[in-house]
Amino acid sequence: MAAPDATRDALESFDLAAGTVRELNMLLHAPACTHCMRVLNPGGRHSVAVGLDGPHEVEIEGHVGYYCAGMNKLATIRVHGNCGVGVAENMMSGTVIVEGSASQSAGATARGGLLVIRGDASARCGISLKGADIVVRGSVGHMSAFMAQKGTVVVCEDAGEALGDSLYETRLYVRRSVASLGADCVEKEMRPEHVEEVRALLARAEIDDADPADFRRFGSARRLYNFKVEHLGSY
Amino acid sequence: MCGIAGLYTKSPAAGAELGELLSRMLGQLSFRGPDSAGVAFYRDPAPDGWCKISLYSGAADPGWDRVAAGLALAFGEVSPPRVRATHATFVIEAGGERVEAWLSERHPELRLMSAGSSIEIYKEAGPPRSFIERFALEEIGGSHALGHTRMATESRVSTQHSHPFSTGLDLCLVHNGSLSNHNRLRRLLQRQGIRFQTDNDSEVAAGYLTWRMREGATLEQALEGCMDDLDGFYTFAVGTADGFAVLRDPIACKPAVMAETDAWVAMASEYRAIAVLPGAEDAVLWEPEPGRVYSWGTAPVA
Repeated sequence: MAAPDATRDALESFDLAAGTVRELNMLLHAPACTHCMRVLNPGGRHSVAVGLDGPHEVEIEGHVGYYCAGMNKLATIRVHGNCGVGVAENMMSGTVIVEGSASQSAGATARGGLLVIRGDASARCGISLKGADIVVRGSVGHMSAFMAQKGTVVVCEDAGEALGDSLYETRLYVRRSVASLGADCVEKEMRPEHVEEVRALLARAEIDDADPADFRRFGSARRLYNFKVEHLGSY
Repeated sequence: MCGIAGLYTKSPAAGAELGELLSRMLGQLSFRGPDSAGVAFYRDPAPDGWCKISLYSGAADPGWDRVAAGLALAFGEVSPPRVRATHATFVIEAGGERVEAWLSERHPELRLMSAGSSIEIYKEAGPPRSFIERFALEEIGGSHALGHTRMATESRVSTQHSHPFSTGLDLCLVHNGSLSNHNRLRRLLQRQGIRFQTDNDSEVAAGYLTWRMREGATLEQALEGCMDDLDGFYTFAVGTADGFAVLRDPIACKPAVMAETDAWVAMASEYRAIAVLPGAEDAVLWEPEPGRVYSWGTAPVA
């Protein structure tokens, strides 16, 4: 849920039409500082609110360019617009919410935390995912979850071609159609614990119009990499 | 990396600001392509039976008036040259192909940048912001325009290596990406009579489109053919007399964003180049899907 407007209005503001991205990020990186910040006029600028390392709350009022919220740790960053390439790339923890759609490679290599995209995500969503959870209310483009190793991707609409190509141990859930599966990605049985996992992720993403029981599960056939059951705990 | 911009205006009022708006877009894309820049404007169509050409000369004194006098002798009426930095446009009472043949024989020192009814191409090596200023882009009106900022990866930085590349009468191409089978394809196209000015890979894509359309393909069919015959990465924008078309390769490593309002349709490599347009905050925005041809304009190009 978006913060009520009154709450957002009360936040300290930083206007990117007046200041630079570097100034904004330095402010957000200041030691022992827990800024709650409202960023105005992002205008598609790159690298907005990257490398945060504290429990900040950042509301970005518009569309951003590449790598927004990259490397995020602990912070909650909400984009009231669309994102360019690589939103929340290599996120470590925290929460990133995109109210619009995200371009390619959303959540690439992210290690932890939650990325929620309320619109669609295009190609290579969750590429090389290393432990974060990604919930997309719309659809994802081709080659999503390519070589994804750990974590979860939940897609409430459709997935494009070659979903989960060369997948390791990321768990994929898709509610509607999958254009095609990538090499070594197979459909797997949706057991009660998987329905529960989807239910919990949808609840964290505050999505209440998708029934967890409608999702299908996809995962690695484990024929393409040297899967050893004794290493399961490390994924 | 390169930057691409396309802008199609829906009203004369928006068209009057075309150059100003495209300049803003190119300014935002200058960091994607600091080596060179170029534009194609579609404006002031020549009367029926006439053609418009853009010429480039690297000489300090190109003698544009002498060129105009020669054209007048050969073809009849010719407009006075409209000089813009290193380029000049002429409107001539003759078909574009005849003029092209005459120029290559009589003025081999000049480079034909474009020919057609309404197209004008200007391009130059050097930083995009200097290009915008030197060619006074802000003052140019028109119906639609394409722009390009270049970061060279596979061939040298020169005026001729810059984009847009003409692909036939009133047609041109701008490219973000790189092609890996361009040498072989260039030789194949040369055997089909397609001429090239440079060793640039994007010029081969332009030559490919010229060849396909010469053989009867529509622009859409020619673009679809790219997906079979071109090996590499690309986002293409193709300007036509009526509008422009966009294609991204099926892998779609190269970015593109599109936007539409009541006043204009725009495409750009990045949203920041659209954010500077009036009304961008209320535009319908989307990312063109890989392997799908998008086009604007009244009629498909035959």
